[in-house]
Amino acid sequence: MTMTLRDIINKLLRRQPASASTARERLQLVLAHDRSDLSTELLDQMRKEILEVVAKYVEIDVDEGAVSLETEDRMTALVANLPIKRTMTGQIQLKEPPKQSEEETEGTDQKS
Amino acid sequence: MATDTRVILICSGKGGVGKTTLTANLGISLARQGLTTAVLDADFGLRNLDLLLGLENRIVYTAQEVLEEECRLDQALVKHKQESNLSLLPAGNPRMLDWLKPDDMKRIVDMLKEQFNYVLIDCPAGVEDGFKNAMAASQEAIVVTNPEVSAVRDADRVIGLLNTNSIKPVQLVLNRVRPKMMANQEMLSINDVTDILALPLLGLVLEDEQIIVSTNRGEPLTLNSVNSPAAKCYLNIAKRLQGEDIPLIDPLKESSGFGAKFRRLMQTKIF
Ligand SMILES: Nc1ncnc2c1ncn2[C@@H]1O[C@H](COP(=O)(O)OP(=O)(O)OP(=O)(O)O)[C@@H](O)[C@H]1O
Ligand SMILES: [Mg+2]
Repeated sequence: MTMTLRDIINKLLRRQPASASTARERLQLVLAHDRSDLSTELLDQMRKEILEVVAKYVEIDVDEGAVSLETEDRMTALVANLPIKRTMTGQIQLKEPPKQSEEETEGTDQKS
Repeated sequence: MATDTRVILICSGKGGVGKTTLTANLGISLARQGLTTAVLDADFGLRNLDLLLGLENRIVYTAQEVLEEECRLDQALVKHKQESNLSLLPAGNPRMLDWLKPDDMKRIVDMLKEQFNYVLIDCPAGVEDGFKNAMAASQEAIVVTNPEVSAVRDADRVIGLLNTNSIKPVQLVLNRVRPKMMANQEMLSINDVTDILALPLLGLVLEDEQIIVSTNRGEPLTLNSVNSPAAKCYLNIAKRLQGEDIPLIDPLKESSGFGAKFRRLMQTKIF
């Protein structure tokens, strides 16, 4: 996102940003949805499932996590921003590897 | 006669953004360049192009009678008094909307193509049948929008439909630009709008209160007030359509003095 000198001064003075940048951001969001033909319900469902999958592997901050549609040059991208919780030592907190299903275990056995 | 006729749809999605005013002024400007131009009022529900051109009292027949074969095309065409290269094909009765099909629009436009260098179609607002019929008869399009969220959003819908219907090129006209508000970043900038819509900019048109005077008189600005700010913009758009390389006016440079310098400084992109 581009920032102009005015935006920065407004930020420093804790003033509201000039309305053009608000307009730009709101438009980019609403157009990403308009263009994708995805309903909010479907997007919410997808967001939930993505979080579930990722949560199987790492501890994520569900409240801070965001899955959104972003758009540039008429191309729409699904962008996930999922903050990973860290341990006291600063390491990424990996969960116990999830139990693999029977099929997957068989597959690895055959390879070895 | 003319074989390489350009058929241009002038559309917007949102109503009241300036399609009809652009059609009228572009018609005058192209005609003045010596190009035979037909403007077709495809807004059958709420026709206005006749009024903007000052031709409302000279209508005898309309597109409707042409389609119903009650008259010939040249009987329905209304030639402009001052610019004889410009003709209007008036919209018929609003009840036409009940039966008009895309093929009817194609028939009308095919007839116009035989006589004119340019056919400009003034499209109704919305993305329903009126728009779709007009689109079916067009090759290229000009999307008109204003630097406002709702107008840009609706333009985006229309651009999507034009793309799926292989209309090209699709170019943008940004109307009602207010340099001072843009400089204060209280209005979407030119780059904001072209970036978001990802369309080449054919031109911008400044906000100009003279437009009201010109509609009162039924004389488009480009006819008699060629030095007004918006008239220059319309003339530039007509020249660019013809392939001339006319630089865009920079709305920020329209205002001068210390205030303008300061506003320009405040627009410096930091990151
Ligand atoms: N550059 C401008 N500066 C000032 N006023 C303008 C400008 N362009 C258009 N207008 C005004 O905006 C109003 C709508 O213009 P116009 O009828 O051309 O829009 P439209 O897109 O054809 O509308 P509709 O969707 O109803 O057909 C008119 O009152 C017109 O005078
Ligand atoms: Mg109109």
